[in-house]
Amino acid sequence: MSTGAAATPLVEFRDVRKVYGKGDSEVRALDGVSFTISDGEFVAVMGASGSGKSTCLNVLGCLDSPTQGAYLFRGVEVGVLSADQLALLRRNFLGFVFQGFNLLARTTALENVELPLVYRRVPAGERRRLALQALADVGLLGREHHTPAELSGGQQQRVAIARAVVTNPSMLLADEPTGNLDSVRKDEIMRILVEMNGKRGITIVMVTHEPDMARFATRTVRFKDGKIAEDVGRAA
Amino acid sequence: MIWTTWIMALREIRRNTMRSILTTLGIVIGVASVIAMVTLGRGATAKITADIASMGSNLLILAPGADRRGPAAQTAPAFKLQDAKAIVREASAVASVAPSATGTQLIVYGDKNWNTSITGTTNDYFEVRGFAFAHGGGFSDAEESTGAAVCVLGETVRHQLFGLQDPIGATIRVGNIPCAVVGTLKTKGHSSFGNDQDDFVAIPLATFQRRIAGNTDVGAIFITTVSDHEARRATWQIQSLMRERRRIAPGGADDFTVEDMKEIAKTLGSVTGALTGLLGAIAGVSLLVGGIGIMNIMLVSVTERTREIGIRLAIGARGREVLLQFLVEAVTLSALGGLVGAVLGLGASYAGAREVGLPFKIAPDVLLLALGFSTTVGIAFGFFPARKAAGLHPIDALRHE
Repeated sequence: MSTGAAATPLVEFRDVRKVYGKGDSEVRALDGVSFTISDGEFVAVMGASGSGKSTCLNVLGCLDSPTQGAYLFRGVEVGVLSADQLALLRRNFLGFVFQGFNLLARTTALENVELPLVYRRVPAGERRRLALQALADVGLLGREHHTPAELSGGQQQRVAIARAVVTNPSMLLADEPTGNLDSVRKDEIMRILVEMNGKRGITIVMVTHEPDMARFATRTVRFKDGKIAEDVGRAA
Repeated sequence: MIWTTWIMALREIRRNTMRSILTTLGIVIGVASVIAMVTLGRGATAKITADIASMGSNLLILAPGADRRGPAAQTAPAFKLQDAKAIVREASAVASVAPSATGTQLIVYGDKNWNTSITGTTNDYFEVRGFAFAHGGGFSDAEESTGAAVCVLGETVRHQLFGLQDPIGATIRVGNIPCAVVGTLKTKGHSSFGNDQDDFVAIPLATFQRRIAGNTDVGAIFITTVSDHEARRATWQIQSLMRERRRIAPGGADDFTVEDMKEIAKTLGSVTGALTGLLGAIAGVSLLVGGIGIMNIMLVSVTERTREIGIRLAIGARGREVLLQFLVEAVTLSALGGLVGAVLGLGASYAGAREVGLPFKIAPDVLLLALGFSTTVGIAFGFFPARKAAGLHPIDALRHE
């Protein structure tokens, strides 16, 4: 890690609060959360359901904004950005992998992977080349013209990972990426994620409730009632 | 970006072929009916105008009776040959005059017979009514004045009695009179009123009066004017001449009518024009309904594709890009529907025009209007669903089941 990167962490939460609802039905999903994540980390976010781990991921992914506190992405305050600016931030720096894969139905693997490049205005030829490369990286070369319905769950999740990393994002956000898969596929997906983290240096934040999956990460943050209960394995 | 969005829209449309077809069906039918209605309507107008012109150029028809539909028609005295001669002599705006008297007779040739209309008239009749001879010719002066038993056949009559045989010189029986065929006429076809203009036999007026009618009455007098612009003056001259000859007191009502075929053509033309407009407007309403259909399906599509919108937003699409995507989709659908509708409409009006014998002429203004309108409908009715899609919150959209 360079000293510059160490000086400005990739992301920083400063006393972030996220409150849903009002009055009696008020839910404090995040209740004063502060932490930093540096470039190259692989963070597993754990906790019971309702502990705030998914909300944390949504805020990290600029899909949701904090009610209070500051979220800094590379030192830039995200809370003040407009919806369009948040979209551009997601487009240029973030990748998402979801539990339910969330591929476009009736759309080939190749077209799914090309999608983020379309929004980045990458020319068609280059788009195709990058998408094929990303599919090769997750071991799906030869299946680029299959639609999600023609692929197994594990293969669909690999397409989703290819789509998330094709833009070479700074941070990959994964929400229970192995939740819908059997144990063999789970390991397969985790190995790919570890590889993305290790070889390509993509920072990964992964929400999971399975300790077995969290083991692949270099750091584990445990949420309880909207607060961080435990933060272990922090890279030096 | 527009280009890529358009490609994406096309892909989306192809991906849901059935839904796309059903969505655009309203627009297709709307555009097709507007184009078919207006094209056929204009064809009908043109046909009627041309038909009336074919009844004879600058034609005026003088008939007894104040109003053809009124009871006065029966009581008004008939014209005589002298009336027709007086018009030629005294009305300067008149070119030629053909008095006529008509009746229905059975005509027989060999083992064939045909019930048709017999017109007793003079040689000028053919020119005044715009008939040309196919074979032979008209009556000679001697035949006219002596009331000879000769006849000229309309095309329908010739076809019915003679088929492929040569009728010139043959003798047919008209009622009880054996008549020599001296000429046949080229066809004029059906008039806009639906009657067959070729279904008649012409004989000299004197022959008709003496041997068929048994009186010296003349029914209608067909008159042509010296030029297109003289119809009004000729009408006025004929009216004052007839009032004088029929001794109608000043202030008394005419017991005859002068009809200007051009005026009738104009009236009919404006009636069919109005009908065309009305039919076009009704078809236009179906176009509007088609637009609402597109909005409906697009709204359903936005709900159905909420998750997809969520994915796109998460990947980094901006609201305006999602809006553009749905708008482009709606416009592409409606424009495609408009194109298909235009082709169908033109096809239908071509087939329809052929079927009923109307002239077929593409109306470019209506074509452009229908296509433009269908695209506008796409923008107008696509905007609301598109804005709904663009306004979705990414998390809500992603969680949508």
